[in-house]
Amino acid sequence: MSFDLCVERQLGQTTVAAEFVADGGLTALFGPSGVGKTSLLNMVAGLLRPDRGRIVVAGEVLFDSALGIDLSVQERRAGYVFQDGRLFPHLRVRDNLTYGAGRAEGLGLMSLDEAAAFLGIAHLLDRWPRTLSGGEAQRVAIGRALLSGPRFLLMDEPLAALDRARREEVLRVIERLRDELHLPILYVSHDRAEVERLAKLIVEV
Amino acid sequence: MTLGPEEWEVVRLSLKVSAVAVGLCLPLAFALAWALARGRFPGKVLLDAVVHLPLVLPPVVTGWFLLIVFGPTGPAGRWLESWLGLSFMFRWTGAALAAGVMAMPLMVRAMRLSIEAVDPRLEQAAMTLGASRWRTFRTITLPLALPGVIAGAVLGFARSLGEFGATITFVSNIPGETQTLPLAIYSALQVPGAEPQVVRLVVVSVLLSLGALIASEALARRTGRGGHVL
Repeated sequence: MSFDLCVERQLGQTTVAAEFVADGGLTALFGPSGVGKTSLLNMVAGLLRPDRGRIVVAGEVLFDSALGIDLSVQERRAGYVFQDGRLFPHLRVRDNLTYGAGRAEGLGLMSLDEAAAFLGIAHLLDRWPRTLSGGEAQRVAIGRALLSGPRFLLMDEPLAALDRARREEVLRVIERLRDELHLPILYVSHDRAEVERLAKLIVEV
Repeated sequence: MTLGPEEWEVVRLSLKVSAVAVGLCLPLAFALAWALARGRFPGKVLLDAVVHLPLVLPPVVTGWFLLIVFGPTGPAGRWLESWLGLSFMFRWTGAALAAGVMAMPLMVRAMRLSIEAVDPRLEQAAMTLGASRWRTFRTITLPLALPGVIAGAVLGFARSLGEFGATITFVSNIPGETQTLPLAIYSALQVPGAEPQVVRLVVVSVLLSLGALIASEALARRTGRGGHVL
């Protein structure tokens, strides 16, 4: 079991809720905009506290309202790839990539050089984030998450800000992540074709 | 145009008073700016108003409050005198205190804007990467807000240089001790035939203020979005 979720959270007028058990590989949360897919990712990451429920990832209980378990964001070790990248604007690409590397000691999936080669961003290391194209920035964001020694990946519409050509480039990276690193991935999208191509399990929200 | 020894003394004292005022106010101003930008607590509106009070009160009223609170018989004045041996009356330390209180609102405003301009989502990103709250503050929030913090300090420095009303009310106008630039200009204006001295001090005053404003605006620009001070 990679993800075992059953959560509920009231946000203003809407209730965000989901319940599913995923086996492994890439699990997609699929649905129209505004139903709370990002909120669900934030709950798994520890950025948003569910009103009630239970979140288990790869056998570890991250949150359980009945048992009073609520691991901090840092303890959860999620590799979160945000929709808008969120690279740190005052740090060069290299320092963005290694920002979370401290906690990955010994548990790292790959070195900086390996990650840079894997993602095709080796030539960008000394650049500032604002000089990157959308596709480049998104690959750096993926690299930053990978180098932080994550136990699982959360990806929030990583292709949304990209044009056709760039989408294909990042899609291939995500497929390789799924097939070569064997990390559980929770992936949010509102694009059916994208989700059908990538996901083993599709959860409609 | 050259300054005489007394005029240099005035400039030197002004710079000292302003530097001490800003240096000591900086941590407090940052803490207040942080609380106002990020905090959610009862009485926030009141705190905001109190911080801004010296900006709108007649400076002579602020000076009178300082006399009441920090004078030799005032509650804070007595305490500081007996514990730290620090007295303010008719001393440059009092001029620095008055300058600091008057500069505080401007410093807090500039810092608050720059803290508010830091995207909290970047801080969330740092925390998902394992950074503690302290490391997030140190490596993300503070560097991104820093140009605004520096701009606030420079602006506060310029405001301190210009402080007049609260200073003269609180610590009087004593050459060599509390007579800063504006007070010296005021004194020179009272003396017949001292126009050349007035002009020299005014030129220094304008140059210092202009330099501080330009420096502060240039620094604020570097914060990007909404980082204006002027």
